[in-house]
Order: sequence, then C-alpha cells, then structure tokens
Amino acid sequence: MEENIERILDSLSPNERKIIPYLEEKDLIEICKRSNLEKVSVIRSLEYLDNKGIIKISIEKRKLIDLGINGILYKKKGLPERRLLNLLNEKRILNFSNVSKESGLSSEELKASIGVLKKRNLIDLKKGKIIFNANREEITKKTPEEHFLEILPINPDSLNQEQGVILESLKKRKEIIQITEEKKIGIEITDLGKKIIEEEVKGRDLIEQITPELLKKESFWKGKKFRRYNVSGPFPKIEGGKRHIVNQAIDYARRIWTEMGFKEMTGPMVLSSFWNFDVLFTAQDHPVREMQDTFFIEKKGEIPQKEIIQKIKESHEKGVGGSKGWGNKWSEEEAKKLVLRTHTTCLSAKTLSELDLESLPQKFFAIGKCFRNETIDWSHGFEFNQTEGIVIDKNANFRHLLGYLKEFFKKMGFEKVRFRPGYFPYTEPSLEIDVWHNEKKVWFELGGAGILRPEVVIPLLGKNIPVLAWGPGLDRMIMDYYEIKDFREIYKNNLSQLRKTKFWVRELK
Amino acid sequence: MAVVTFNKKQVEREIGKLDENMQNKVAMFGTPIEEINEGKISIEIFPNRPDLLSYQGFKNSFLSFLGKKVGLRQYKLNKPEKDYDVYIDSSVKEIRPYTACAIVKNLKLDDDKIKEIIDFQEKLHLTVGRKRKKAAIGIYPLEKIKLPITFKALEPDKIKFTPLETNKELSGLDILQRHPTGKEYAHLLAGKAKFPVFLDANKEILSMPPIINSQLTGKVTKLTKDVFIECSGSDFEILKKCLNIVVSCLAEMGGKIYQMNLFYKKKEITPNLIPEKMDISLENTNKILGLDLKEKDLKKLTEKMGYNYKNRYVEIPPWRVDILHEIDIIEDIAIAYGYDNFEPETLKTHSLGSSNPEETISKKISDILSGLGMIEVSNYHLTNKKDQTEKIGISEKNRDFIEVKESKTDYTVLRENLFPLLLKNMSDNVDCEYPQEIFEIGKVFMKEKNSGKIIEKRRLSCATSPGNYTRIRQMIDYLFRMMNLNDRIKIKEPQNLDSVPPHFIEGRTAEVLFNEGKFDEESQDKRIGFIGEIHPKILKNWKVRMPISLFEIELEEIIRNIIKDVK
Repeated sequence: MEENIERILDSLSPNERKIIPYLEEKDLIEICKRSNLEKVSVIRSLEYLDNKGIIKISIEKRKLIDLGINGILYKKKGLPERRLLNLLNEKRILNFSNVSKESGLSSEELKASIGVLKKRNLIDLKKGKIIFNANREEITKKTPEEHFLEILPINPDSLNQEQGVILESLKKRKEIIQITEEKKIGIEITDLGKKIIEEEVKGRDLIEQITPELLKKESFWKGKKFRRYNVSGPFPKIEGGKRHIVNQAIDYARRIWTEMGFKEMTGPMVLSSFWNFDVLFTAQDHPVREMQDTFFIEKKGEIPQKEIIQKIKESHEKGVGGSKGWGNKWSEEEAKKLVLRTHTTCLSAKTLSELDLESLPQKFFAIGKCFRNETIDWSHGFEFNQTEGIVIDKNANFRHLLGYLKEFFKKMGFEKVRFRPGYFPYTEPSLEIDVWHNEKKVWFELGGAGILRPEVVIPLLGKNIPVLAWGPGLDRMIMDYYEIKDFREIYKNNLSQLRKTKFWVRELK
Repeated sequence: MAVVTFNKKQVEREIGKLDENMQNKVAMFGTPIEEINEGKISIEIFPNRPDLLSYQGFKNSFLSFLGKKVGLRQYKLNKPEKDYDVYIDSSVKEIRPYTACAIVKNLKLDDDKIKEIIDFQEKLHLTVGRKRKKAAIGIYPLEKIKLPITFKALEPDKIKFTPLETNKELSGLDILQRHPTGKEYAHLLAGKAKFPVFLDANKEILSMPPIINSQLTGKVTKLTKDVFIECSGSDFEILKKCLNIVVSCLAEMGGKIYQMNLFYKKKEITPNLIPEKMDISLENTNKILGLDLKEKDLKKLTEKMGYNYKNRYVEIPPWRVDILHEIDIIEDIAIAYGYDNFEPETLKTHSLGSSNPEETISKKISDILSGLGMIEVSNYHLTNKKDQTEKIGISEKNRDFIEVKESKTDYTVLRENLFPLLLKNMSDNVDCEYPQEIFEIGKVFMKEKNSGKIIEKRRLSCATSPGNYTRIRQMIDYLFRMMNLNDRIKIKEPQNLDSVPPHFIEGRTAEVLFNEGKFDEESQDKRIGFIGEIHPKILKNWKVRMPISLFEIELEEIIRNIIKDVK
C-alpha cells in the first residue's frame, strides 16, 4: 500500500471513519441518519475529509419557500379569510363593531381577510356590516392561497406565473411564508478516496484519546497504532485571566521608576485647590481654576497650618527669592475650594512640603488618575493617567531633566525624543516632550516637564534647591501599545476585547 | 489655548521659507505649529507670551530668535500734546479702577489690517485679559471724538448710547440684557450699582468697558488715521503691559505713538516704554542649565530673545508680562541656545527606589485573582447617581452624593461602591461568552459621618456569572488563603436584617469580617464588606439574565496587616 494512503488511514478520526462507509450516499441527511451523527459533526468531518483529499465537496446554495410562523398556524387553523368566511356562512351578516370579537381575528388579519374576500366578490360591505354573498360551491372550493400553502416547501424557480402572483401577495402578509436559503452539499469521491474507502472497510484498530483506562495494562496499547492528528489544523481557542491593560502598563512604568531609584508617592484624588494650584504658583485668576476646566466639589477643603499659608500668600502677592510674584490679592477662601486633582504634581508638592532637607538628594515618582472637566471623544476623556517624577538635588540641572526623561521614554519604547519650549505656571525652564512614532512617522506630544520655579520651591523647602519635575500622560502610550484607536475603548471593559488583548510584554532595555 | 493664524505667503516673504528646518525652528521657539496648509499657518501661543499674539509681535521676536534684528526693539515715544488727558473719576474705583491710555497717529488702515487688529485684540481679551475681567482694550477713531477723556461710573439708566452692531440707542441695562456681546459679558458688571464709561469732552459716551464701544465714536474704519486706545481693568501693571503690546504692534504698522496724561490722585503718563532692568547671573545660568557659557554668550543669547544685555543685567522688553524672576530670563537663554542643542545626562547620585506597598499588594491581589482566570476591569471614578442607588435597590432621595460642579458629561458623582460598576460591566457584556469572572481594585469616595470630610478608600470587588454563593465564597476563601490571612477573616450571617444590602438575596448573603489580631475576642472583628448572591430584581434592573454573585471588601486593614507582618 502507498505510504500516503497509510498515513491518511492512520489520521482518520472516529467520526470520519463513521461516515466513510456512507459517503456513497452522497446526501447529507442520509449520511447523518446512517452514521447516527449530528449534522454539525457530519459537516465538520466532511470538511476534514475534503482537506485530506478523500472527497471533494461542493456547496450549492438554493432558495426555499416555506411556511412562516403564522403560516404554520394558519395551515392548522385555516387562513383568516377562511375562518371569516365560515363564520359568515353561519351568521350571514356581521357588524364591524363586533366582528373582531366573534371571529377571534386580530385587526390586521381582519383587514387582510376582508380585502381578499371582497376581491373575490364573496362578501359585500354595507353600512358598517359585512354581508355574505357567496354560494355553497364557492365556499367549499379551496382558495389559490390555500393551494399554495399546501405545496410548500418549494423552490421558487419551479413556480408558475399564477403561483408567483400569489407568492407576492402572501409575502405582504405577516409571516405567512418565509424564504430561506438552503445550502446543499454535494459530495464527490476522489480516486484517492475510493482507495481509502476500500481499505477502510477492512477496519483498523487505532488508539484515540489516551485514557487512564488505556494505561491500565500495557497490552491495551502495546504494538497498536495511535491515530495521526492534524497537528497544524484548526482548534478551539482558550482565554486566560489578566490584569487590566492600563494597570499592566502602570506596573511596567512603576518598575522603570523604581529601577531608576525613585520612591513612589501616593495621595488623595480629592484635595483643596491649595495643594492642586496655589502651592504650584498657579495664580488664583488662572483660567484652569474655572469650572469649565476643573471639577470642583461643593464642599470646602482643609488647608494646612498658618505658616505655610503665609508663605504661599507672600509668594503669590509679592514674590519670594527675588521674584515679583503675581501681584494679585491671594484669597484663603479660593484656596480652600475642593477639586478632583488635575495633575499628580500636587503629590510632588505635598512630598516637598514634608521633606527632610538632611535626606537630600532624593527622587520620587507617582502614577495616577487625574481629572478635568471635559467631554469624552476618541482622543481624550475626563479621566486620564499621568506619571510624575521629581528629583531634588542641589547638583541637578536642565540637562539632567532631559536625561531622565530620555531614559524613561526609551524604556517605554520610544528611542527618539524631542524637547521643545513649553509653559507651565510652576516650572521654569519648562518643556514639552515629543516622541517619534516610528511607524506613523510623526511626533507624538506626551506632556510637560521643567524645573520647579523658586516661587514653588522656596515656600515648600525653605530654600531654593533645584527640583526637576515632569508629568507626561500615559494614555497615549497605552493606546499606542495596544493599538487602540479610540480613547473610549480603554475603559469600555468589553470582555471579549479584554480576553483577546495581548499582555504588555515590552521589556526594559 | 490660544492659536493664532497668519498668512503663509506673508510669513514666507517677511521671515523665510517654511521648510522642515524652519518649521522645527518655529517649534523650538516655543510656538508649536498647530496646522499648516496652502495659505495659512496656525501656531499655538502659550499664555505667558501675549506679546506674540499679533503677527507683528511674533515676526519681530522670531526674527530676532533667528539672529536677525537682535536686541531690544525701540519705538519713538512722543510727549502728550494739548488735551491728551484722561481724567479718572473716583467713581470707578470699586468697579474697574484702572485704565492705561495712548494715542497712535498716522495709521494707514485697510480691511485686512482692521481685521488683524480686532482678532489680536480679542486674543488679548481671552488670554491675559482673562476674558475681559482683568483687562479689556478699546480702540477709537480720534477724528470722531473730542479730547480730553473722562473715565467714570454712571448709573445704568443714565448710560444711553448706540452700541456697535446696532442702530438703536440702548441703556446700560438694555445692553446687558439684549445686545449679544452684552449678554456674553453681563456677568462682569452684574450686581454693580454703576457701570464704567469713557466720555469725551462733549460728554459723548465712547464705550462701556469691558462690554462694548459706541457705534458712533468707537468704530475704527478704513478712513481712520489716528486712534485713541484705552486698556481698562483691575491690575494697572498688566494694563500698562497690554497697552505696550498694542502700541508696539500699531507702531510696526507705521503708527506714531503719543503718550497721554492720566489724572489719578497722582498723575501717570502712559505708555511708558522704558525697559525694566533685571540682574542676570552667569553662574546661576550655567548652574541651572548645566552649560559652560561665557559672558559674551550670555549677551548673544539674551539679545536673540529681544533683551538688551548690559553689564550683568538685562533690559526687558516693556511688553513682556512673564518676566517675574531671573529664572524666566534663564529659560529664554535656554530657548535661544536651542533645546535641541542640550546634551541629556543623568545624575550619578545613587538612591534606592521603592514602590508604594499598597500598590504592590494590590498588584499581588490582582495576580492571585487573575490566576483564577478572572479579568480585571477598570472603570471611571466618576459615575451617575442612578447606577449607584436606584439600580442597586436603594432610593436616590436624601443621599449625600459627592457631586462635581457643572460636569460636561453624565458622569456627575464620585463612586461610593465598586460593585454597581461591575454589574454595569456585566450588563454591557450580556452578549459575551460566559462564564464571566471580573474584578476591580480601586478607590471609592464617601463623606465621614460627623465631619463631612471626604475620605477615599481602596476596595476590591469581584463578581462571577453564572455564579452562586458557593462559587464566590470559594474565590474569597482562595484569596485569603493565598495571602496567608485565612485565620483573620470570618464569613458571618448578618445579625441585623437592616444591615443586609438590598441587592443581595436574604439568606444568601454574609458579612465579611476581618480581625487584625487573632480571633480570641469577638469585639475585635471589623466588618470590611459583604458577599452574596444578587437578587433577581436587581439583575432585572441591569437587564442581566444570568445569576451573579459577588463580594466587595475594603483593603485598608488587609494591606496594613500584610505590611505589619512583613516588618
């Protein structure tokens, strides 16, 4: 025997073997019946046999006219017009007002029935009454519609002209008929198939699944053949549990910072404007402090002890460390207004306010949700993730700022970084970070950084020590990594999507 | 964010071809390009540089940055002529206390230039003017008015003039109620007993700042050659700077600047283009920027940014509003040096990194649960009232939500519980394959009972569907065993029926108790959450046709306990 045939014979699954003896029948239904298998299993097995070159299957689609839901019912109970006619035969005259109740027909059915009967001249309509107008012969005769329902199911091609007209009129009525598309599978046995069938009939003893039963005795399996599997064939997929995509990215970013020697800061999302704006030298009349930009909460928050308030007031009104300040009157009430933090920089400010100068130099980072009063669209929403970092070191300078950022973005997967001038009320010099997107060939704007202004540092630390600070957004990087085009997808929590989404497997370099 | 649009042809003619190199230069000047097309170039101007909002201002500063026409731009100032006076009446003190004024003559205006001036004026109003609250600018045709000018406040019904864009005389109140610009800015004068006006020597009303000018005396046309300019507002320093920005721009268009006498209690003369001086230290500059510049570099770089460099100090252009401190000059030096010319470097100082233990433990919990095949979800912290109350079987009435003001979306309150969000997720995913097993770790927000103080708590919620009580109990048990805390928790039937949350089925819900010590004393137990099967009436609210069981617990005590054990 040819080796090829041998291999194929060894790879036939139990189901395939079950149907092989009946392939000659060439009819799906018949094969199902004879093999005692479900239609789905037979079709699948036929496909496998086709793949193996044993048969050639062809799929022929054809339309079929069959009874609809109402059609099945009418076939049993009679068409509405038949039921109405029978009633009229008995009563002769019916009032419109109670015909629905007496006939048990819905208004829709009634309307259709009256239309049909009137057209055939079997009834008259006069002064709100339906009057019987037919003879016995006409009643007993089957209507063309009734004839039509009896011949179903039927192929539309085999209809004559008259039947075509009836089909059209019945199609207009509610679910009397339905037209389905039927797939007819044609089976042709190949030359190879003929040989296989011949051999197969002789029967083969192959081991299927290895079971504990089988393993009980050596003699159960020794010297026997294992059925060959289609090892590169199709198979049902499985999915596993995982962290949310955003948290995977955050975990990774957290690792970058800790490996670079940064300590993590955390803190509240609801806090006073004092910590979110005032300590960061954001003038009290700055537009970001309006409700159109920031989420305010009705309550007043707490602000810390007098000493620091006094310093911040001075920093705003008159300036500190050689600065002119904003020159605006600073209001404690304004500073007490509670907000949802608009950036994680408030955490840096708090950290600085609690810092022991003896412990310097120090490096801190934070990653967290921030808020802004915005609508949601494909590119942004009212919640976003920011990563924050500060370096407090008397030897730190602008070039170190660029150095840390370059390092971070490289580890996030962006080799090429560009820094250009930017503006933030609390940093000077300030910069904007762009990263180069290799596939899209564009610069991506990822957020800001700078050296904290003396007006921020002096009230918090007591003296002017360089503090490098940055706060780029994470969401665009997350969207880029997971190839998410619409921001809203990130928090949609579509389970099929989450199940399919790959893990964050970028590695630190 | 202010975006200004210039004519591309004009830019290319007067500045240079906008090739890739030039576009990069524009970005490196701190004015990122928003859009560039056939005829126009749009750039973003950061709020610290209102002096760049006009084409003239941008062109001069940028040319200087490119090394052409460096140093401080000088404009000839003419002394006040006869009647170039403005009398500031004390009645404006509580309403709009200051104005800074000037006259510019010899302008050659056309429609394009007028439009350019109006656009620029509007941009100034929006940015440095804080939507006209802090500063608003008015420009008037000198031929239509008679000097001197008076700035005073009048009762609204005594104010009668024909505002721009109308042909009818309106009262001060009418303007706020009916005129489109009046309505837009009405809040700036609302509640004031008197409104400010500028009057000329004929007692004609020129304008009612910061709302609108008169159609008759406050509309600049092609025929206008000489203009009177006023900036009014609350901050005299800013007003003077604004005026400098406007007059320097008009001077670039060919105008001659004349000063005016302002009669406050003490006489002031504006505009004043004498530059302020500020010390700049070479040592500080090099230290902050990490460079090794020499004094001649300092001179070259500051001059590129439009300053005059003198011995260890600079003269600041009088239209710059953003130079509060030496550091601001240092930034300009960095810009002139070119951000792309700095060599990035990391500090060599050694320090140990560490992540926040709460975050680390949260990640561990997440690892344990995803090991069970669960999917972590992440929902917004803001949600809506209905999801947090009615849909979980409690009344929305009398609940003290933590609500944000004027949200632009349906998300208006901070979440109090996580599980309603998980129910929502399952409701959104009814067409997804089951079983569905999800969890979220995150903050919830509530008000402290007595003080009303807002507190944030880290919680964990897990939900499983189709899920019964046993399944969810298995999960919480697995979690606590894996954290080696199984002897610290108890699952206990609630003593008091009122304490059973209405979303669970009574008899299939339990309290989750945690004991930070050993379980010898009952009193040490603390309820940290609930576990149970969701009642069909709640499932119906969410249109879910699969059983769900879930738990939600606070993590604070657990995390504290783990940290303690580690120590």
